[in-house]
Amino acid sequence: MSSQIGAQKGAQKGTQKDALAACNDFVVKFANINGSGSASANELFARAILRMGVPVSPRNIFPSNIQGLPTWYEVRVSELGWLGRRGGVDLMVAMNPQTWDKDLAEIEPGGYLLYDSSKNVPAARLRSDINAIGVPLTEMCNARYRDARERQLLKNIIYVGVLAALLGIEPDVVAQLLGEQYKGKDKLVKPNLDAFMMGLHHGREQLNDIVRLRVERRDAVGERIFIDGNTAAAMGAVYGGATVCAWYPITPSSSLAEAFARLCAKYRVDAAGHSRFAILQAEDELASIGIVIGAAWNGARAFTATSGPGVSLMQEFLGLAYFAELPAVVIDVQRGGPSTGMPTRTQQSDLLLAAYASHGDTKHVLLFPEDPAECFEMTALAFDLADRLQTPVFVMSDLDIGMNTRLTAPLAWDDERRYDRGKVMTAEMLDAVRDFGRYLDVDGDGIVYRTRPGTHPSKGAFFTRGTTRDRYARYSEEGPVYVDNMERLLRKFDTAATLMPAPQMQKAKRATRHGALFFGSTSPAMSEALALLQAQGVPVDALRVRAFPFTTAVSDFIASHDKVFVIEQNRDGQLRCLLLNELDVDAARLIPVLHYDGTPITARFIAQAIGSHIGSEKVMPLKRAS
Amino acid sequence: MTYLAKPGLHHPDLLRNQLGLTRRDYEGKVSTLCAGCGHDSISGAIIQACWELALAPHKIAKLSGIGCSSKTPDYFLGQAHGFNSVHGRMPSVLTGASLANRDLIYLGVSGDGDSASIGLGQFAHLMRRGVRMTYIVENNGVYGLTKGQFSATADAGSKSKRGAVNHDNGIDLVLLALQLGASYVGRSFSGDKKQLVPLIKGALTHGGTALLDVISPCVAFNNHDGSTKSYDYVREHNEAVNEISLRGLDVIEPRAPITADLEPGADEDVIEEIRSHDGSLLRLRKLAESYRPDDRAYAMQFVQERSAAGEIVTGLLYVDADADDLHARLNTVVVPLNDLGERELCPGRSALTKFNAAHR
Repeated sequence: MSSQIGAQKGAQKGTQKDALAACNDFVVKFANINGSGSASANELFARAILRMGVPVSPRNIFPSNIQGLPTWYEVRVSELGWLGRRGGVDLMVAMNPQTWDKDLAEIEPGGYLLYDSSKNVPAARLRSDINAIGVPLTEMCNARYRDARERQLLKNIIYVGVLAALLGIEPDVVAQLLGEQYKGKDKLVKPNLDAFMMGLHHGREQLNDIVRLRVERRDAVGERIFIDGNTAAAMGAVYGGATVCAWYPITPSSSLAEAFARLCAKYRVDAAGHSRFAILQAEDELASIGIVIGAAWNGARAFTATSGPGVSLMQEFLGLAYFAELPAVVIDVQRGGPSTGMPTRTQQSDLLLAAYASHGDTKHVLLFPEDPAECFEMTALAFDLADRLQTPVFVMSDLDIGMNTRLTAPLAWDDERRYDRGKVMTAEMLDAVRDFGRYLDVDGDGIVYRTRPGTHPSKGAFFTRGTTRDRYARYSEEGPVYVDNMERLLRKFDTAATLMPAPQMQKAKRATRHGALFFGSTSPAMSEALALLQAQGVPVDALRVRAFPFTTAVSDFIASHDKVFVIEQNRDGQLRCLLLNELDVDAARLIPVLHYDGTPITARFIAQAIGSHIGSEKVMPLKRAS
Repeated sequence: MTYLAKPGLHHPDLLRNQLGLTRRDYEGKVSTLCAGCGHDSISGAIIQACWELALAPHKIAKLSGIGCSSKTPDYFLGQAHGFNSVHGRMPSVLTGASLANRDLIYLGVSGDGDSASIGLGQFAHLMRRGVRMTYIVENNGVYGLTKGQFSATADAGSKSKRGAVNHDNGIDLVLLALQLGASYVGRSFSGDKKQLVPLIKGALTHGGTALLDVISPCVAFNNHDGSTKSYDYVREHNEAVNEISLRGLDVIEPRAPITADLEPGADEDVIEEIRSHDGSLLRLRKLAESYRPDDRAYAMQFVQERSAAGEIVTGLLYVDADADDLHARLNTVVVPLNDLGERELCPGRSALTKFNAAHR
């Protein structure tokens, strides 16, 4: 097999016998250098395939760096609609000499390597079991462009053109996307289109029929939209009625607050030009949550977007909000911890931090969105729940959902929907009742009535504090008064469990004693893993947990299976810890399946872990031959 | 200390303000602080100022952090909502409250430990942002509730009750506030009600961030020889730069002039008049011949020079009558944000359909 094609000018055409072949089902990965302008070219590639009606799921794998360090963009093309990471790479676009060896090692046998052959690459640096396709990208750029910036940026567009030729991406679709992207900046359309065509022609003329991966037009995308979770969550905050946002920049949540600002500028400015929102970039996360709590105390819907280190800093305030009973919405876009950990990598490792945030006995409501559409829904819902329950509510997103553009259900809103502002006493209500006690459990559900400051000249005022107080909000350090209040807070948490979004069941095609619990961004990889297992004759029922406190459906699911795999993206099995702590189940029945290297979990990993565990159960132990 | 009831009987002949309320209507629960605590005098001055201005008590929001001073909002304005938040973080909570409802009057009460030690960051950033509020620091240079440790405002060289000497330099919150952009800055003494009440009134009617550093001796832990925050020390080293009075002339909502606090003939000595945010007039009777309260740089220089000479300057040190506030900078709607509902906030289904279409 000739493994190096097109490296020299006038390269030969060739067809590889053992080359990977697939239609609308493969993985392309781009290895670039951060700050080289590759991001928009790579996204153009993904969007073009999507516009041809074939589902894609791109993922950015980026460093905590502005310029110079390695960055990758991985595009899974899947007509069947699998949106999780598959694992492995079929075609690598290796544009970064720093990571060359590592990138080459990832390519599946029979896979393809596209690289810049302007400088000759010795055969020893290539693999014999892959198909290497050299394109003199730098030479082509230098011949065509004089400006250094153009030479750098348009090189990326040239390789998109080459890929379009190799894979069969329709040039008209790319031309249309470039037109949309640079709408109003016509000057930019022409050079980009020109670079794309240069790559396309080179591919068509020099590299015909080399790659057996194909994109063919389908209608498999449907109504779905292509959006990142942070933008969708920000839209959820707009629709959910948030008026105050306080935040501190932290990856991977910064783009959420910035999207909220952009969306508010579009949807929340009145005819006179005044803002129906207030956004503050605070001095730190302590101030962010303090601002949120102050605004919530005054009856406005307020939120902050942060990540693990921010939630760590907010602990004291979160205890205050729990104990003083103030609504606060915290969107935690999780990343790798502990400490600064892996700021640009994904994990689901803040569950325990959030669930029991602060000193003393505390418990908080957590929502687990699986994709951008649920980031929207759950963020809007979080404001209703926070107002209803008068307590902090966390939306537990993560970097994988938050910062990657994902194919997701269109965002939906019912115009009949009304905000649930919870138990707020108006002046008329205060006049109608004989007795107002801020912490009186009038309805027996543990949820008390509150008044907004300034409501009534002589009724309903109270002193909010983090110290113990009686049912009338009067300071007290009496033991029974303290216990009475703490037990009511537990009753309120029981009420909370009845208001949580129900978990989602994916039942296996035949009855099984094996179950799997998972949550959040694991969802797409999990669905695919279940299909893989099903195909291997290993049926597993799965339940997607959507909230904490757990609803009874979660305990019922565990009770009805002998073994339940708990799939998580953290080291310590944090969901499993919560299940054991809150549901009083037998620990031996909950089998942890943990993936926490900072990359998104893959279907292959899950299917392998579950499959081998179940497989090992079937093996009869053999007697050791001494 | 658990809840103490206050007697409900009022003297029938108590003076009433424009709202028909007596001073008793501005009181709160019985203080649990030590007898003779300077903080109780400040609470008394707040009650007097609010009564004289005829502010509706329930339209004031009183917030604090943690500490002796932060307990005091329970001891005044019983009809106002109060929020005793966490240590050093009153500024952020108050900022959020102010964003949510711009119609209330915000009063933050803090101490030197709360604002200069644990809360210095939040103090600084609130001053930068121009949150419209009255920020009173009840400054005794010492931690009372934990029994006598120095705070960050304690002067270098001052002695604790147990005889320990503080070697760290003290933080002057007045200078910090001036540097960071507060638009009404004053210093006073809890023992000088005549100066303090008008200073608080001016702050409550000011259109931006008003800081009052009020030296308030701690009778339990910082009122001994060697302390620079004791009653005797402050009385001996105080230099007042001006006396202010607030006349309700030309206010937007006309009220009768309040004369209760003015000394006879005070008007004749007025040298400078400053119109407050709400239209009322701030009148400064100058004591220090050359003092100019409209010059930030001069105020900083003056305070530093006098401090070097061992003097504590009190009075209104700086005011910018045209100060704007955070809401003006954010260009928020006139209606309080907490009064907006679905109609004003939710773009609705049709907008979402367009949004979806733009993401395909």
